[in-house]
Amino acid sequence: MPQIKINGVEHNIDVDAQMPLLWAIRDIVGLTGTKFGCGVGACGACTVHMDGQAVRSCLTSLADAQGHEIITIEGLSADGTHPVQRAWEANNVPQCGYCQPGQIMQAAALLKQTPKPTDQQIVDAMSGNICRCGTYLRIRQAIKSAAESV
Amino acid sequence: MTNITNLSRRGLFKGAAAASGLVLGFHVGFRKLPFAEAAEAAPFQPNVFLSIDDTGLVTIVASLSEMGTGIKTDLPLVLADELEADWSRVKVVQAQGDPKYGDQNTDGSRSTWQFFGPMRMAGATARQMLEAAAAQTWSAKASECRAQNSFVVHVPSGRKFSFGQLARLAAAMPVPPAEQVPLKDRKDWRYIGKPHPTVDLKDIIRGRAAYGIDTVIPGMKYASVERCPVYGGKVKSYDAKDALSVAGVERVVEIPATPMPSGFKPLGGIAVIASNTWSAQQGRQRLKIEWDYGPNAGHDSAAYRAELEATAHEPGKVVRTEGDVDSALASAARRVSADYFVPHLAHAQMEVPNAVAHWVANTCETWSPTQNPTQVRQTVAQVLGLNEADVTVNVTLLGGGFGRKSKPDYVAEAALLSRAVGAPIKVTWTREDDIQHDYYHAVCAQHLEAALDHDGHTNAWLHRTVFPAIEATFQPDIVYGSGGELGQGVVDMPYDIPNVRCENGAVANHVRIGWYRSVYNIPHAFAICSFVDELAAAAGKDPVEYLRELIGPPRTLDLKALGVLVDYPNYGVKQLAPGIADQYLIDTARLHGVVDLVAANSNWGQKLPPRQGRGIAVHRSFLSYVAVVAHVAVGNDGQITIPRLDMAIDCGLVVNPDRVRAQLEGAAIMSIGNALYSNITVKHGRVEQSNFTDYLVPRIDITPETHVYFVENDHLPGGVGEPGVPPTAPAICNAIFAATGKRIRALPVDPQLLKA
Repeated sequence: MPQIKINGVEHNIDVDAQMPLLWAIRDIVGLTGTKFGCGVGACGACTVHMDGQAVRSCLTSLADAQGHEIITIEGLSADGTHPVQRAWEANNVPQCGYCQPGQIMQAAALLKQTPKPTDQQIVDAMSGNICRCGTYLRIRQAIKSAAESV
Repeated sequence: MTNITNLSRRGLFKGAAAASGLVLGFHVGFRKLPFAEAAEAAPFQPNVFLSIDDTGLVTIVASLSEMGTGIKTDLPLVLADELEADWSRVKVVQAQGDPKYGDQNTDGSRSTWQFFGPMRMAGATARQMLEAAAAQTWSAKASECRAQNSFVVHVPSGRKFSFGQLARLAAAMPVPPAEQVPLKDRKDWRYIGKPHPTVDLKDIIRGRAAYGIDTVIPGMKYASVERCPVYGGKVKSYDAKDALSVAGVERVVEIPATPMPSGFKPLGGIAVIASNTWSAQQGRQRLKIEWDYGPNAGHDSAAYRAELEATAHEPGKVVRTEGDVDSALASAARRVSADYFVPHLAHAQMEVPNAVAHWVANTCETWSPTQNPTQVRQTVAQVLGLNEADVTVNVTLLGGGFGRKSKPDYVAEAALLSRAVGAPIKVTWTREDDIQHDYYHAVCAQHLEAALDHDGHTNAWLHRTVFPAIEATFQPDIVYGSGGELGQGVVDMPYDIPNVRCENGAVANHVRIGWYRSVYNIPHAFAICSFVDELAAAAGKDPVEYLRELIGPPRTLDLKALGVLVDYPNYGVKQLAPGIADQYLIDTARLHGVVDLVAANSNWGQKLPPRQGRGIAVHRSFLSYVAVVAHVAVGNDGQITIPRLDMAIDCGLVVNPDRVRAQLEGAAIMSIGNALYSNITVKHGRVEQSNFTDYLVPRIDITPETHVYFVENDHLPGGVGEPGVPPTAPAICNAIFAATGKRIRALPVDPQLLKA
């Protein structure tokens, strides 16, 4: 039985260890902030942190995740006050909002590694995350303002 | 440590036996949607959109669907403004699908113009009843009592009651007739016209916003459906043995195919039912299915394009005629012609189609991200043979819509499966399902010709368009476009040209065709706005100056007098009172307004380095006017970057400027995708693309610095969600011409053609 630590809580999850972390988080653990978008690692909607790195949970099996610290959007901050979340709120980034947990997790991992990213570093880090509403302009602005605030 | 199991597998919650993990799961996974909870207890419910309880909490019902436009915030803001409610004491709840709310189809960029008036009346009527209740209590004149920010104040004495104190009294007041309800003066508006964050913003950034795909119902099972790769095909036979051997798989169920045209009904296929999404998908991969591919098995995009283009070179059905185009072309000082092509597109909204349905004893309850709850109700009732009154439609947030979620085939799938299995069923499409079984944006081939006189003025215009019609998805033997489709950039062509003929060529469809953000304005604006730029070049004039010349003197257009032969619905404004509908006529002064505004702000005319250029395009759609200037740079390898976009919109009155701005920023990105990346092709009847790996959409790297400008005026509100899309792609292509001298006449742009 895979044992996975998600947002600081250990879970014994009674399913095939090959199940992608995405579906275990959503269907078994019941945390629905992490979204399904493509299933092939091409859109970033399912992005979570594994030991602080942004990973695509649709391509990460439970077996891969075992023994690592997983953080989902629900665990990024207790009350939505992570600097990236604050910046997203201040810039009114979301439209439909569906991809935004993945965008926020990707941006938070970027700023952890690169607190003052250049425009090119922002593009490089965020190009794997699709937003069909087209909020990219504000995502860029929000990352810059979050970088200034930390 | 908590041991967490799938809630849905428990079937029932067993009171005290529930483990802590189950409770956690319940709170996290199963969100009771806040349908009218407050309304049940509220004493004052003057209309279906509004209730006020004893604490003064104002509950406003959002009857339309929130797919990212902000409508769930903006219409309640309008009501709250007229009510004089304190927005911090307003709760917005999502309506179920119910005829009592009127039209709930959230589509066609109609929501604001359709409901701005009714929302104001709903708020103003309640305000007047609250004021009357206060006046009666104080034995004061009603004219001395004024609602202010959730209180009613007796102006001469300064006494006041809160809305909560007045709620029960107000409920006993007679509802005033509409003509006795004064609306607030514009100068007194508290919220309308000022930027406001959306009501779901905080939930979204915390991962708490509930989309359709997040719905969990106790006892729910998960389904993944294999559908025939060819439209119109059906199952010949299948073997489910291997699928059933996958851990977690419980049942395999056939959904019967709907004969073409399948309309809103399911395509049919084989569904694998399991205890979780992944097991259902794994089981599905092990199905062995033999298909009867049906009559579309030979459909091929390349051959179809050739057929459309050949048709566009032959005379078609005349849909607008004015003057004598043939003579003018024959005697032209210069004759210009060009052919344009736009392929099929897929919506690819981030949240795939999905739905939960629960069939119980000849009733069905559904939860889904839908733009059209009314249609969900109707379609589910039809496929199950139920009365519409026995179908309950819950509307979640939508992870994007763009027109895809106006079609409830995916909800009907869940409904049929729930009845077959006898349990609540969640159907979740894969991205491959979404790309390969969409209601596609129509492919379109067009031929244009124009005659220029010796001064370069255009004096004749011939436009032929050939595309499969949306109606063909619903009715057999449809080969021509409707008046509404031809009224998206063909017969409503606004330029001041004496000789005009528009024609529509016949073509059959071989895939499902559907609405996609801005619909037929995409190909038609691409062709017209590109062709106008070609005419400017042929005349040797600046494109902005040439546009001003073509737009001509300020006037409103009477399309009948201009020779339009089809019924022009003008985006549906006919449903409004005649005096109001007349205010939405095509107004060339407003075209001038957006062209002037964007030209003044975009550095138009200023020199750029080699292989960089600016292009302009202007288009009216959905009752609003948008002009775009694109600044494009073309690399020596033909790759395009877009350093800057300037967009000017005249959508009349603006309710929430920040959301209008956001809609234009987003429309620009979608149009960049239409111009540069997205392309659906069919071979052997099957869509060749399958996921974001080969169906390309814009990413952050192409995002321009985008500036949005508003024409400020007192016109009634127009549409906002779609009008930014049509002119952006041609503005980019005209900029490519300015940068390279090469014309783009087919989308998506092929960088190979642009190498230095």
